[in-house]
Amino acid sequence: MSGLQPFLKHTGLVAPFDRINVDTDQMVPKQFCKGISRTGYGGILFYDWRYLSGKAPNPAFVLNYPRYDHASVLLTRANFGCGSSREHAAWAVLDYGFRVIVAPSYADIFYNNCFKNGILPVTLDDTTIEELFARVDRHYGYQLTFDLQEMSVGDDFGLKLTFEIDAFRRICLLQGLDDIGLTLAHEREIAAYEASRRYLPTLRVTEMPS
Amino acid sequence: MAPLTIYEKIWDAHVVRESPGEPPLIYIDRHLIHEATSPQAFAALEAAGRRVRRPDLTFAVMDHSVPTKNRHLPILDAEAATQFDALTCNCQTHGIGLFDLHNSRQGIVHVVGPELGMIHPGMTVVCGDSHTSTHGALGTLAFGIGTSEVEHVLATQCLPQFKSATMQINLTGTMPEGVTAKDIVLAVIGRIGIAAGTGRVFEYTGETIRALSMEGRMTICNMSIEGGARAGIVSPDETTFDYLEGRPFAPRGKDFLTAVEYWSTFASDPLASYERSVELDVSRLAPQVTWGTNPAMVTDVVACVPDPASYADPDERKAAERALDYMCLEPGTPMTDIALDTVFIGSCTNSRIEDLRVAARVVAGKRIARTVRQALVVPGSRWVKEEAEAEGLDRIFRDAGFEWRDSGCSMCIAINDDVLESGARCASTSNRNFEGRQGKGSRTHLVSPVMAAAAALEGHFVDVRGLETSR
Repeated sequence: MSGLQPFLKHTGLVAPFDRINVDTDQMVPKQFCKGISRTGYGGILFYDWRYLSGKAPNPAFVLNYPRYDHASVLLTRANFGCGSSREHAAWAVLDYGFRVIVAPSYADIFYNNCFKNGILPVTLDDTTIEELFARVDRHYGYQLTFDLQEMSVGDDFGLKLTFEIDAFRRICLLQGLDDIGLTLAHEREIAAYEASRRYLPTLRVTEMPS
Repeated sequence: MAPLTIYEKIWDAHVVRESPGEPPLIYIDRHLIHEATSPQAFAALEAAGRRVRRPDLTFAVMDHSVPTKNRHLPILDAEAATQFDALTCNCQTHGIGLFDLHNSRQGIVHVVGPELGMIHPGMTVVCGDSHTSTHGALGTLAFGIGTSEVEHVLATQCLPQFKSATMQINLTGTMPEGVTAKDIVLAVIGRIGIAAGTGRVFEYTGETIRALSMEGRMTICNMSIEGGARAGIVSPDETTFDYLEGRPFAPRGKDFLTAVEYWSTFASDPLASYERSVELDVSRLAPQVTWGTNPAMVTDVVACVPDPASYADPDERKAAERALDYMCLEPGTPMTDIALDTVFIGSCTNSRIEDLRVAARVVAGKRIARTVRQALVVPGSRWVKEEAEAEGLDRIFRDAGFEWRDSGCSMCIAINDDVLESGARCASTSNRNFEGRQGKGSRTHLVSPVMAAAAALEGHFVDVRGLETSR
C-alpha cells in the first residue's frame, strides 16, 4: 500500500456507537465483499443496521441521527472489529469519513488493517471511554482533537489525555509510509534468509494436480 | 537451553530481520489466496510496479463465491464471475498455481491446503481469511491477514509482525460418546469469551488433543479466531506425520524421513511456559449449541436459553438482550425446544470426510423432519466429495432428504446463492453466528455435524449422547 495520507492531527465530530464486540460482518455485510476495488464502501458501512428494507435510512440507527452528520471520530466499546479479516471494514470506515476510532480494545486483524489505511485506532481505558460517552451525550456537536505527534487527545471542556501507541506504527501513520517499500529495502537480508533454508526438504513442492 | 513453545520455535526460525524500534520481519512459507480478498492486493501491487516475489510459495483457490450446484453452466452472478476472472488473470500473469472452479482438487482453501499436503509442521502460513488458524492443527504458525498484508506478502514473502503472547488451552479427559471437537472448541470459547485471545496465540495441549484426529484438530484450531486468537497451534506428533505421508505435495521417500525428523523439533518442550493457561476436562462435556450472536453465547444442549439478567457486566447484559431479541428466543427455553427450518453441514470448520461420516451415520435410513425446508451437505473439497461418494455417503444423505452439493464456503459466508431468508433458523456446522451472517435477518445456531444431522431428523435440537449411531 503506497501513498497513504499522513496522519498528524485531527479534530472532528464524535459519533457514539454503544456496542461491544462489533464484528466486521456488521461493518461490511458479506454481499459487499464481492467487489474488486478498495473504494466506494462508505455508503454501505453498517448496512444492515443503517438501512431499512429498500435502502431507506433507519432513523433509529445512531449514525443516522442528524446531530452526528459528518462525524469523523467513532467512539465505541470493547473488541471492536472482531471476526472476519475483510479489510473492506477498514475501507468502509475510512470512506464513510472516519479518521479516528476510540475504543477500550480492538480485535487484532482489524486493528492492523486500520494502520494500513491511515485510520488512527486510539485505545483508552474503560473509565475514560465511559466519560467520553457521557460528554458526547451532554454536548451537542461534541468534538475531540487528536495529535499523533504528542499522542494526545483533548476537547473544548478541559479534557486533555495522552494515549499509547506502538512507536513504529506511529511513525508509519505520521509519515504515511509505504511499509512494503520499507520491507523491500531489506532485499539482501530476505535473499540471505532464503538461501539459508534452500535445502529444507519441507519447502519443495511437486506438480500441481489439474 | 530454556524450554520453548512451538510458537517460539517457529517464530525464531522465521525471523529475517530484527531492529530496535521496528517489528521483526517474519518469513512466510505458504501464502494461500482466494478470489474475495486478493483482487485489490494484485491491483495495488501492479500499480506500484511490483512483482510477486515467490509465486512458487503462493497457491490460489476459488472458494468463497463459487456456486455449489450447476457448475457446468456459465456463472450467472456477474460480481462472482468478475472475481473469478480477476483471480485467473492474476495467477496467469504472476505464475501462481490456481485451483479454479473446474480443478479436480478445488475446495475451501483451509480444506485443500492440508489435504494436498502443502502445509507442514514448522511452517508459517498466511491467507487473507481469518480461519487460516485452521492450519495450526499441523503444527504451523498460521494466521489470517488483511488485503494490504496480502499485497505485502505477494511483494516480499515477508510480514512485519509483533510477537504474540501465548495461551495454553490444556484439554484433558476422554470425550463422551456424541461429543466432538466442535463441542470442545465451542465450550472453550464459551468459558474464555471471544476476546480472550486478542494479542495471543493459542496452543492446544493435553491427552484429549493427542487422541484427536487431524480433522478434529483442524476444527479446534479453525475456531481459535472466534476466541480472538489469530492463530491456534497443536504440536506435531505421529498423527500429524501419518496424515501427511503420501499426500501429493508432501515430501516422499527419504525426504519424508528427513522431514519428519525436522518437523519433530518444533514440538513444544515439556517444560515450556505460557503467559496464560486454562484447562478443560472434556469427560463430562455435553454437546454444545449457540443461542446468541457470537460463538461465546453457547450452552449445553440439555440447558436452557440463559437470562440476560444473569450477566453481571452491563455491556454483556445489553449484548445478551440484543442477541435474544435478534434470535427471537425467550430466556428459559430449553435448547431442545428450538425448532429449525434449515440445516447446513459444511464450512472450513466441519466439512471434512470425518465430519461427513459421523453425520451420515446419524441419518442413515432415516428422513429429515417435514418442518426442515432445506438441508444442505457441502463437502469441503472435491477430494472430500469423491471420497464420500466412493463410500456411498452421498446416497445416504440424499435418501434422507439432504441436498448434496459441490465444494465451497457456501452458507457459512453466504456470498453465493446459498443464503438464508430473513427469519430462517439454521443448525449450522460453520463457525460464526453473527447477525446476518447466513443472510440478513437469519438466525444461526452453531453445532457439530452429528448434532446438525440429528436436528435435521427431529426438526429441533436433540441430545445426541442418547443416539446409538452417534459415534
